[in-house]
Amino acid sequence: MTRVGLLRLAVIVGAVVALELLIRTGIVPRFTIIPPSEMATALVGVLASGKFKIDITVTLSNVAMAIASSMIVGVAAGTLLQGAPAVRRIFDPLFATYYAIPMYAFYPLLIVIFGLGDMPQICIGFLLAVMAVIINTINGLDRVPRVLLKAAQVHRMSVWRTARRIRLPYATPYIFTGFKLAVAYSFIGVIGAEFITSSRGIGYEIAYAYNNFDNPLMYSLILFILVIVISVNMSLHTWEKRLMARRRR
Amino acid sequence: MSLAGASPAPASGAVHVSLRGVSRIYPGRAAQPALHALGPIDLDLAPGEFFAVVGPSGCGKSTLLDVMAGLATVSAGSITFEGRSVNGAVPDGVGVVFQEDASFPWLTVTDNVAFGLREIGTPEATVKEKVSYALNFMGLGDFTQAYPAQLSGGMRQRVCIARTLVLEPRLILLDEPFGALDQQTRLLMGDELLRLWRETGATVLLITHALDEATMLADRVGVMSARPGRFLELVKTGWPRERDSTIVADSRFGQLTSRIWTLLRAESLRAMGHSRIAR
Ligand SMILES: Nc1ncnc2c1ncn2[C@@H]1O[C@H](COP(=O)(O)OP(=O)(O)OP(=O)(O)O)[C@@H](O)[C@H]1O
Ligand SMILES: [Mg+2]
Repeated sequence: MTRVGLLRLAVIVGAVVALELLIRTGIVPRFTIIPPSEMATALVGVLASGKFKIDITVTLSNVAMAIASSMIVGVAAGTLLQGAPAVRRIFDPLFATYYAIPMYAFYPLLIVIFGLGDMPQICIGFLLAVMAVIINTINGLDRVPRVLLKAAQVHRMSVWRTARRIRLPYATPYIFTGFKLAVAYSFIGVIGAEFITSSRGIGYEIAYAYNNFDNPLMYSLILFILVIVISVNMSLHTWEKRLMARRRR
Repeated sequence: MSLAGASPAPASGAVHVSLRGVSRIYPGRAAQPALHALGPIDLDLAPGEFFAVVGPSGCGKSTLLDVMAGLATVSAGSITFEGRSVNGAVPDGVGVVFQEDASFPWLTVTDNVAFGLREIGTPEATVKEKVSYALNFMGLGDFTQAYPAQLSGGMRQRVCIARTLVLEPRLILLDEPFGALDQQTRLLMGDELLRLWRETGATVLLITHALDEATMLADRVGVMSARPGRFLELVKTGWPRERDSTIVADSRFGQLTSRIWTLLRAESLRAMGHSRIAR
């Protein structure tokens, strides 16, 4: 491990130990937060019991659905918009203000449309994620050097083939940035929506434990989400680094 | 196995590429006025001819290449390639090596060179054979699995040359292909280009800023004026088809190069805005 890596690890371990001590000495009251060691033990118990297997499956598959749909729609829409400057100009104000819209405000509407199933949660995740994909796809496609497009012309490639074989491969690192954001937004969207109205999912179970003053359960589930999100992000980061290694000059 | 295509050097007297009164004007935009970049140009290239273009920076050489390749439309005049009109669409049989790096950063050297062959649906066994020949020919044999980012500028340019040559074009347009190379490699690559030109019988148009390179390689050297680029003179070198870089020792080599320099000196100064020194 590098020096920075070691220091980083030390900071994290130090913070966790400090939190543990603050709680055990009673400086931070137990009904506010339980010691990290107890969160971990509780989490092991929760996972071993298998009680939340369905909730975990539901949440993770809804997140996966939000990621997949926002990637497919986002890359397609970004490619089409980038290829049609006139249409793109019409949508320009939307790009700028999109993230000022509080998506959760549409939750009642989504329930009216889709009912109480998984769709409203997936929709919120999708709505949050898709614009990041669109914007990053357009950004990547905008950067394709003119000479590569000329090379495509020399190979007598159609517009569609040029998009598939030149433009999109060139834009891959930018689209990957969109993908990383889509993953984060999908987690935020889906789990956040589960808090509001839903009858299953990790977000729902956290809210339920909170309302029943079940601190060990609540904190173990929060820890679970943290572990999942951090490991997903770290693997994406490693993947991106490998992808970029061959492109960097 | 070689890069030689099926096309033999055709009979003399025929015309392979023909330009008549060709001009290109870049239309103005917003605060920018229209810009007359090229022409009018009249030029006939014989099949299998090696033609070099020299001219001051910004005189329209790359623009000439664009319109000849069908990458840009002409504003006036007409271009024919093998008897068919070219305007804004690249005809089959034309290969281009660009001034800028056009290697595909997401593909390995091998896949870069194989790109065009796969694009036209060449069987994979043939692709392998042709690509490995071209890579060795271009001195890239040790870098087949490298990505362009891991290569020097000159090596990336060689990848682009190889990518063009494997398609066995009948007309090869090269825009300062050796610009990123040192003088020794440049001379050797010149020899390789001559050998390839002889083997394939292709018509070659080479844009270069190195006068000695133009004189050494070409059958004719077109000397261009400052922008808008026109041909001031087409200088015949009279070299035999069998030739290599050793002709730089020929007494006529110096005479030809200095003739071209004399023509170009005034134009280059003009292009740089030193109209008074030019007199
Ligand atoms: N897309 C474009 N739009 C407007 N003007 C252009 C464009 N491309 C080139 N020009 C202008 O046309 C003129 C000729 O450019 P060109 O690239 O053909 O010159 P060149 O002879 O190849 O120069 P160099 O030797 O530096 O490569 C220049 O003045 C340039 O600024
Ligand atoms: Mg140029």
